[in-house]
Amino acid sequence: MAKRIEVKDLDIYYDKFLAVQGVSMTIQPRSVTALIGPSGCGKSTFLRTLNRMHELVPGARVDGKVFMDDQDLYANGVDPVKVRSQIGMVFQRPNPFPTMSIYDNVAAGLKLNSKRLKRSELDDIVERSLRAANLWEEVKDRLPKPGSGLSGGQQQRLCIARAIAVQPDVLLMDEPCSALDPISTQAIEDLMLELKERYTIVIVTHNMQQAARVSDVTGFFNLRGVGQPGELVEIDETTKIFSTPSKKATEDYISGRFG
Amino acid sequence: MPTPTTSTRSDTDLYAPLSGVPLTAGQLPRGAAPLTLLAVVLAGVALWLSGWNAAACAVLGAITYTLVVTVWSRVVEGSRKATDRLVTAVVTCAFLLALLPLISVVITVISKGLARFDAEFFTYSMRGIVGEGGGAYHAIMGTLIITGLATVISVPVGMLAAIYLVEYGRGKLAKAITFFVDVMTGIPSIVAGLFAYALFALFFGPGVRMGIMGAIALSVLMIPVVVRSTEEMLKLVPNELREASYALAVPKWRTIVKVVLPTALAGIATGVTLAIARVIGETAPLLVTVGITSSDNFDPFDGRMATLSVFAYNSYAHPGFPADAFTDRAWAAALVLIIIVMVLNLIARLISRLFAPKTRG
Amino acid sequence: MALSTERPSPRRVPQRPGDRIFSGFSTGAGVLILVALAGVAAFLLVEAWPSLTAPAEDISGGEGLVLYVWPLLFGTLISAVFALVIAAPLAVAIALFITYYAPRRLAQALGYLIDLLAAVPSIIYGLWGFQQLAPLTVDPTTWLSENLGFLPFFAGPPSATGRTMFVAIIVLAVMILPIITAVVREAFRQTPRLHEEASLALGATRWEMIRMAVLPFGRSSIVGASMLGLGRALGETMAVAIVLSVSGGVTFNLIGSGNPSTIAANIALQFPESTGLQVNTLIASGLVLFAITLVVNMAARAVINRRKEFSGAN
Repeated sequence: MAKRIEVKDLDIYYDKFLAVQGVSMTIQPRSVTALIGPSGCGKSTFLRTLNRMHELVPGARVDGKVFMDDQDLYANGVDPVKVRSQIGMVFQRPNPFPTMSIYDNVAAGLKLNSKRLKRSELDDIVERSLRAANLWEEVKDRLPKPGSGLSGGQQQRLCIARAIAVQPDVLLMDEPCSALDPISTQAIEDLMLELKERYTIVIVTHNMQQAARVSDVTGFFNLRGVGQPGELVEIDETTKIFSTPSKKATEDYISGRFG
Repeated sequence: MPTPTTSTRSDTDLYAPLSGVPLTAGQLPRGAAPLTLLAVVLAGVALWLSGWNAAACAVLGAITYTLVVTVWSRVVEGSRKATDRLVTAVVTCAFLLALLPLISVVITVISKGLARFDAEFFTYSMRGIVGEGGGAYHAIMGTLIITGLATVISVPVGMLAAIYLVEYGRGKLAKAITFFVDVMTGIPSIVAGLFAYALFALFFGPGVRMGIMGAIALSVLMIPVVVRSTEEMLKLVPNELREASYALAVPKWRTIVKVVLPTALAGIATGVTLAIARVIGETAPLLVTVGITSSDNFDPFDGRMATLSVFAYNSYAHPGFPADAFTDRAWAAALVLIIIVMVLNLIARLISRLFAPKTRG
Repeated sequence: MALSTERPSPRRVPQRPGDRIFSGFSTGAGVLILVALAGVAAFLLVEAWPSLTAPAEDISGGEGLVLYVWPLLFGTLISAVFALVIAAPLAVAIALFITYYAPRRLAQALGYLIDLLAAVPSIIYGLWGFQQLAPLTVDPTTWLSENLGFLPFFAGPPSATGRTMFVAIIVLAVMILPIITAVVREAFRQTPRLHEEASLALGATRWEMIRMAVLPFGRSSIVGASMLGLGRALGETMAVAIVLSVSGGVTFNLIGSGNPSTIAANIALQFPESTGLQVNTLIASGLVLFAITLVVNMAARAVINRRKEFSGAN
């Protein structure tokens, strides 16, 4: 079910402002791809174009092509809602639905889409998703309680369970650990290594150690200059990026000699 | 109020080397202001007991207290502190002054309203009543029916308009709607009544009176309140929840109905309840659209109906004989109205306190 | 919606029927509000038209529409403006008291208390003003006319019932007080904490802090809120209709027994017994009231909204 993503010459605009220019990359299935770079270089913006969340901002648009396997996500007649059902997303801050219980949060993707499922089927999916998110043992006794009662790290794993409950092909993670403590971060990182057996994972992170720990491939984004659009400087095997990057800008950033 | 302080004169030496400037200045003795207040209040009560007018005593007391504290502070603490104390006293007096009418209104309504606050008042209409007796059953029902209709009209329109403004609205149309909703909040209620009358007079001819006209007039007053409160509540829903829903491949309208609205529901319910409380006591628009009648009429599409507020006005304005019976009924109706309004306000507070979802733990 | 990826040929995104219906309904509701407001103006104009074109001697009073409306307009303006003069400073003081002087735990409860003032139906204020307040004012107004009679407002002779413009003004002031207070309080609450601390750190007393940081920040809100209150006072109907003993005529004398009515109160008093052209005349006067309150409210909103842009608070 994991799918390959191919991006060709992608330009991202907010109205007339060109935010990210000329990104081309291939994201391999069953792997973790990390996107790193300084603040404001457009890596989160780029991530959001992969499941067409980007266009929720008024005036935002893209030029170029994004293929998932052989399907162009930006072709005429493609429904962004359908795209998002195949590409899940986890956000910077955990955002469980406050009006729903833990159980309903996991089932939200199915229920909100008004899929009629038998209770037993739904129970199965919820348990499977929570187990996959390493949360089952902690919450199995309080599934009807509100999700907002969990700790930050648990909430984030709940959001991951919610995202994988709809069985997506790709999982996008936008700095999923930036609001968490080190122990919760560890739990999420372990989870990512398990999940990559089945999903294509793309993660944006500010934390270079995290990228080094969890990813197979790392892409480095940078601003071309002050007031200039962001760009993908290079993308390669994580080991190579962190040992012998081919671009000087990457080396400067990795070694902390940046700016 | 005295500034609480722990530094006495002997402490000054401790701090002196640090700054070279003494940190203590002249200060009124601890408790000076409260004690002055107590003295003034006692003096005022004494005067009142000796036969003075209560209001005069209060005013005199307030002025005396303000003067004493200000002058004393000016002598001991200097002009800056004195001004501060003066403003404190003035501001506090202003607040107490504003409470006077509220207290007086509540006492008046309760004491005069209780005379006819009996079972007959709630079970009988005024059909065939010329003097004492009778009740406002027909008016209570009329008020409930007309306000209910107005709610049924206003809530969907107001909520949908607010959803448009928060979730869809861009550009000129949204700006215009926001602005005119604000302006509409200020339409005089009598004008709303005239509007409903004018609208129906075009179709049914002059002199038409119907319950539904009153409901329309009240809707004109109610819709902007519903829009504003719903809008505020929808804006409070964190955008992250919408994004979480979109990322789960939920279409926009379903996101709004299933995620955004439930999250804001407690706030919206509070706003709607307050909106109902605002219009349920309206008199003027009902006077010109619904009129008054002395017998039961619960069909809002057929002729005059009675409502509590117009009933109260009418009993006062056109008393029969004995006049007291009519005034008593007017006050009893006023008491019922004020109870309804206060209960609605209480419900609104309870809803917002009990059912608000915890957005972030 | 800018869901396109290429400017020249906007990409067509399939719209789901659910989305189209729902956004259609909510847009429709928004437009309906604009239509309703336009409808208010239009229907009033249609129903007022016969009186605008009728010969002067057919209008009640026999001297034409302008002379019929003028004393009412005068009464409306004088009652509303004086009510505002009383209520606005009080409202600012109350807002200050609740925000800065009252004990923190009490502040919210006190706020509710003031809000309750706004919740009391106007008919009750009318009955209260007529039965409680009016008799109370007979002695003070007599004193005013004896000692301050050289002022046109207190020329006298004082009314024996107390159903004077003076009482109507006080009742109106009480009614608009909570409205002004609510808006001003909201503005004070949004005063940046940093500004307050900055002035306190300079050694300001509480009042100096308020003068330096709070009042400048809230100034346009105070103006806007006052105009909202004015709008409300202009349109208030029942309280004035009950309290005021009306005899027409234009006078500044606030404490006499001959008072000009207000537009709104006049409609409420006359409408139930009117027919034909009289109704049209009353609606025409309502149109005048509508126009005035519309202008006042639009100005108020414009002032308040301008402040919003400045404060940068969204």
